[in-house]
Amino acid sequence: MNTAVLPPVSELEPEVLQQIDDCVERWSDQEGNLIMILHEIQNHHGYVPRESSLLLAEKTGVPLARIYEVLTFYHYFRLVAQGKHHITVCNGTACYLKGSARLLGELESRLGIKEGETTEDRLFHLETVRCIGCCGMSPALVVDETTVGKVATTEVAGIIEKIRIQEDTHE
Amino acid sequence: MTLTTVKARINGMDIEVPEGTSILDAARSAQIKIPTLCKHPDLLPTSACGLCIVKIGGSRKMPRACATAVEDGMEITTHDPELTDVRRATLELILSNHPNACLTCGRNGSCELQTLAGEFGIRQDCIPRYVRPLEPDSSTGSIVIDFTKCIKCGRCIQICQQQQDVWALSFLERGIHTRMAPAGDILLAESPCVRCGQCSAHCPTGAIVENDETAAVWEALRDPKKYCTVQIAPAVRVALGEAFGYPPGTDLTKKIYSAMRRLGFKAVFDTNFSADLTIIEEAAEFVQRFTTGGELPLITSCCPAWVDFMEKRFSDFVPNFSSAKSPQQMLGVLAKTYFAEKSGIDPASIYQVSVMPCTAKKFEVERTDEMNASGYPDVDLCITTRELARLIKQSGVAFTELPDGEADSILGTYSGAGLIFGATGGVMEAALRTAYFRITGKNLEQDAINIRAIRGMDGIRGASLDIEGTEVRVAVAHGLGHVERLMLEIRRARENGAPPPYHFIEVMACPGGCIGGGGQPYSVTNELRALRTKGLFDGDGEMKLRFSHENPEIAKLYVEFLGEPLGDKAHNLLHVHYTPRPAYQR
Repeated sequence: MNTAVLPPVSELEPEVLQQIDDCVERWSDQEGNLIMILHEIQNHHGYVPRESSLLLAEKTGVPLARIYEVLTFYHYFRLVAQGKHHITVCNGTACYLKGSARLLGELESRLGIKEGETTEDRLFHLETVRCIGCCGMSPALVVDETTVGKVATTEVAGIIEKIRIQEDTHE
Repeated sequence: MTLTTVKARINGMDIEVPEGTSILDAARSAQIKIPTLCKHPDLLPTSACGLCIVKIGGSRKMPRACATAVEDGMEITTHDPELTDVRRATLELILSNHPNACLTCGRNGSCELQTLAGEFGIRQDCIPRYVRPLEPDSSTGSIVIDFTKCIKCGRCIQICQQQQDVWALSFLERGIHTRMAPAGDILLAESPCVRCGQCSAHCPTGAIVENDETAAVWEALRDPKKYCTVQIAPAVRVALGEAFGYPPGTDLTKKIYSAMRRLGFKAVFDTNFSADLTIIEEAAEFVQRFTTGGELPLITSCCPAWVDFMEKRFSDFVPNFSSAKSPQQMLGVLAKTYFAEKSGIDPASIYQVSVMPCTAKKFEVERTDEMNASGYPDVDLCITTRELARLIKQSGVAFTELPDGEADSILGTYSGAGLIFGATGGVMEAALRTAYFRITGKNLEQDAINIRAIRGMDGIRGASLDIEGTEVRVAVAHGLGHVERLMLEIRRARENGAPPPYHFIEVMACPGGCIGGGGQPYSVTNELRALRTKGLFDGDGEMKLRFSHENPEIAKLYVEFLGEPLGDKAHNLLHVHYTPRPAYQR
């Protein structure tokens, strides 16, 4: 479970409010509307903020308990904002044999999070996939949109540091 | 209408049952018990536990008896060596995800899983144990959830969502990761939970139990600086006996008084006394509103789970709520004022324990600052009927052999009207007996004292009563799931500017009222509720004193101490305010 802190309600509220109003309006007379509305919320924010679910419960009369039953039943829905930068470790057969587990372990210990989690500063999100189809480059990582091949464990620190430096200069 | 029946054979016996009867129930009617951990007589089948499997004809399938209806000509086998094997394997699977902690569990000796493990002779862990590490939730102070002991039967969730309409509990995630949790993964105290405790009364294991405070009672009793007093709620006396082998509904009031003295309580009071007092204040409030065009309907407020539910869900009814405190709180405040004064005891030394059929009463004790109207906590500690049974057993008192005892005078005498407070419709009936007197100046005739129109077990019961040519419309609801319909009906009339459909409404959160409370002995069914209810109403019928306003101790209390009903002193000590509250704290 991710520990990232939700943005404060005051930041989200006007926008969320408007969006929920629009969604509820649009889907109000259609059966199964809850899932469609949740999809729209996630498409908009990248996840389903708790504030949205609370508002949705109020607007539709669907109890929050039911909304969370649905949200946690489907793996598709995310309850916390993902990190800005995605690092995906390929865990396909070839990458696995070439030591992807070591890469994942190194990433987990350097970022202080587990697979599927986001760092507290919400800079990094770490996940694994079965195969990205780049077996010739194994073991491979996908860092944001870029595939990095034949990664040695010792290179992991540099990959993280590079993104951190980029972010610092942007600020 | 003729009932269609179906004929079938169970274990070679011919049976005939109404169409639609489940195999589980049909077997039970033929004196066959099929084990189950998820199906409860109060609930719909969910097929969650997989223990009630049976065989039908020559089919190799093993359908679940709870969710399969008997059909004409079925040849049903409920027990054979293979079914027993499969059931044992299922139990072993459940046990492999369950902590091996029976000795320190709140359900040790009353756990349905433990019982079945014993009956099936499981003597070793056949499957390596994996228990998902999850932190317990004791945030409410009323009930404690140990998520690791949850077997995902879904009883609590069905109770909380469908029967009680509270929606505090739900299943999260799926498959092997499924877990029961408060709505949206927050603490129970931050959720819409109203602490009714019905989840704890239906949980087959120790996953949801009342917050056991028996140790705190012993600590208080052992403290020489404390003057310990106790009060017993109406519904406790007709249910406690179940823990000591008495038939359900046996009224054990006098034995309980004796037990309390043996435990070391210096004064023994009866909540029935303050139920009479609540009626005086509430009936005065009703008559005042009814005759002077006040806000109607008046809605009863002696059920703390209902109060919490109203404040969270129907807060537009705040002006309709009776401001009279519940009997528990009224007795508490009088023990520390009136009783303390008359007996010359320092109220600071009085330690008031209440025994309630209810987990929400633990919460009521500190619901608002008004619960300290005496200058001290009106009630210091609230324990449930189940805890009282434990306390008596710990004390070594041979309960069944005890002689009868008496309550203490000045806060112990009660009328039949106070006694029936513990059952659905009882508060209304008691209030109407006194309201009738206040409006007409005379009592109901002997055969009209029993207001049968509002007795019974239907979820909502309405009646129109004639009080000397004036119509009084009343309604009674029990089980929070029945409340919304009633509230919407009133809200609709109000919005349309129509007269209120009812003048007076009683709500009790638990099915059957307090006799079916979340803190009462386990294994409740409608049959059991009916027996406990009968215990109270029979007791009322046998009493000479049937009217709260004729309780001599109540009359004395007003003369010596309180002044007038709804007067200044009564207002300060015996009345409260309500306020809208958010259902979700985050």
